Amino acid sequence: MMKDFSTTAPPLEVHDLTVAYDRRPVLYGIDLTVPAGSLTGIIGPNGAGKSTLLKAVLGLLPLSAGWVKIFGAPLAQNARRTGYVPQRESVDWDFPVNVMDVVLMGRYGHLAPGRRPGRADREIARACLDQVQMLPLARRQIGNLSGGQRQRVFLARALAQESDLYFMDEPFAGVDAATEAAIIDLLREMKARGKTVVVVHHDLSTVRDYFDRLVLLNVRLVAAGPTAEVFTPELLQKTYGGRLTILSDVVQSLGEEP
Amino acid sequence: MRRLGWCAALLVLTTAAPVEAARIGEIADWNFGSQAARFFSLQDPSVRYALAGSMLLGLCCGLMGAFLVVRKLALMGDALSHAVLPGVALGFLWGMTKNPVAIFAGAVGAGLLGAVVVQWIRATTKHREDAALGFVLSSFFGVGIVLFTMIQNLPGGAKSGLDGFMFGQAAALGPEDVWLLAGVTVLALGAVGLFYKEYVLTSFDEGFARSLGWPVKLYHYSLMLLLAFAIVSALQAVGVVLVSAMLVIPAAAAFLLTDRMGAMLAWSAGFGMLAGAAGAFFSFTGRSLPTGPFMVLAAAGLFVLALLFAPRHGMVGRLWRRRSRAARIRRENTLKAIYHVMEDGGFREEVVAVGDVAARRRETEAGARRGVAELQRAGLATEEGGRVAFTPEGWQRACEIVRNHRLWELYLTNAAQLAPDHVHDDAEVIEHMLGDETVRRLERRLNYARRDPHGKLIPGLADLAAGAPPSGRAAGCAEKGAA
Repeated sequence: MMKDFSTTAPPLEVHDLTVAYDRRPVLYGIDLTVPAGSLTGIIGPNGAGKSTLLKAVLGLLPLSAGWVKIFGAPLAQNARRTGYVPQRESVDWDFPVNVMDVVLMGRYGHLAPGRRPGRADREIARACLDQVQMLPLARRQIGNLSGGQRQRVFLARALAQESDLYFMDEPFAGVDAATEAAIIDLLREMKARGKTVVVVHHDLSTVRDYFDRLVLLNVRLVAAGPTAEVFTPELLQKTYGGRLTILSDVVQSLGEEP
Repeated sequence: MRRLGWCAALLVLTTAAPVEAARIGEIADWNFGSQAARFFSLQDPSVRYALAGSMLLGLCCGLMGAFLVVRKLALMGDALSHAVLPGVALGFLWGMTKNPVAIFAGAVGAGLLGAVVVQWIRATTKHREDAALGFVLSSFFGVGIVLFTMIQNLPGGAKSGLDGFMFGQAAALGPEDVWLLAGVTVLALGAVGLFYKEYVLTSFDEGFARSLGWPVKLYHYSLMLLLAFAIVSALQAVGVVLVSAMLVIPAAAAFLLTDRMGAMLAWSAGFGMLAGAAGAFFSFTGRSLPTGPFMVLAAAGLFVLALLFAPRHGMVGRLWRRRSRAARIRRENTLKAIYHVMEDGGFREEVVAVGDVAARRRETEAGARRGVAELQRAGLATEEGGRVAFTPEGWQRACEIVRNHRLWELYLTNAAQLAPDHVHDDAEVIEHMLGDETVRRLERRLNYARRDPHGKLIPGLADLAAGAPPSGRAAGCAEKGAA
């Protein structure tokens, strides 16, 4: 299962990435490389552009400038090697689908248009549900789940994608302690199998435990590297305290221009 | 929206001749019967066209509407159906005839333009969908009304029947209209059947679909195109004003009935067909009545039925469950009171007086008698001459309830560190809801304790199994006397 990445391009390479809403940059000139087999946390204050970075990398938002390469190629060529766990609030949980239906959606990227998931896909989906201890709830409508259970459904769907590089948007937000522990176990297991995982995270107290690499973000990239090197008071101060830098002022004035 | 409704009502009033309405009223019985017979015999080609057309449009609108409802885009159907009106007028002006192809093309074009304007307003202004939909709906409809008025004032005779587009006249459906509807329905069924997984995923989680590299916009606009097709082909039968109801109401009813998308599509299409058939029937039997309103009323009737009787989300089911739960709690409280009276007497007697139960429940003797009568109906106790005795089942239930109550009190005092005089009210509620599984966990947690925080004995498994109060028996609850 372990792949030899030494001869291949890094899972994620971002160069000079800029994203603007209405000409107001929310991400500015981001350069970033995520090495294979790492568990990377993206941290930064509210409005720093953490989720925007994930969405831009996944092609869900138009880029104003820069490029993104997934395993050395544009996303479109490697979409199957990329898994995604969106924020829980991004979907309507009253939608008429059950847990199994949602996990099967993880297989859709492997199916040609017009093809339905088959027996093999169902087996994979069942195994993934079992892995997050949700198999007994397979037939439940997704609205009848707790916050932690919903998050685990999304994780099972991502597992069913059988990708090499995963992006997760705040998977720990608003889940119970048991689910949080289950998720971090799962992430470590994925890492052990050679997967690369990039996680948007908001809880600074757990950062050192959870991630071996960090990306400190506040519109600009403040720092990126091994947790031991970049999780320092000075860099955190720069990330969370530096709201009134010249860049922020420029951003402000750009937004106010007619 | 309300103004449009008024406008519609006014137009109906002015177009339906009151004199004729009165005449229909006089001969209604005879007329209705023979018309109904004509309808069901299907001899009349116009009946066949009206029925087939109405059912096809119901199916097609039900299918498309299901996607609108789960996408929370129900008003999109409303906006598009009004937006097609100027297209209908332009299609007519093209050849000054009711050429179905020209009208179809014009209407689809206008509908898609409306959809694009909605997207454009959302993308470029700070307005959300509702304002954009409101703008498109009313402004396109206004343009349409202006064009229709101009057409009415033009010389030439081929324009009769154009007002059918406003309120619909299934009887006016010709073979071309039915073929058009059949074609659109086949197209919609084919597209949804083939790209079911694509339409469901892009509706449920657009971001995830795009992360798979799917052309989400293509699926969105193909759905909007199918929607425009459905609306335009349905216009002749239901009319502009009410076609949106055929998109929303069957789908909304179906949403109440099921938790699966596939089943929802089937229910929605089925409801649409049923409403279509009902609309055609009433429109045909009542002379010169518009089809649209009857179709919509039939759909609304189905919606109300679903609202009341849906198995899980229905109001009747919910009310029934609530009432039966309340009745169960009443029964259990009476059982508990009888148990307590027996316990106070040291379980020396197997029967207790209704008066003692009333005193224990702090209610009138008549109230206690009603409670005991309920127990008797449920087979939990028998009463004779003001004295009550448990049946074996009643004894078991009473033990369970008392046991739940005392276990819970003990749990709260032990595990949650609450004082013994704080736990009774909580246990009064919880005792009715604890499942077997929870009770077993409580027992394990409490080390199979024998006494509650107030020093009373907790009925054990032996008491439950005994089937009768332990009068004369040394074990279990009878220890109370010795304690």
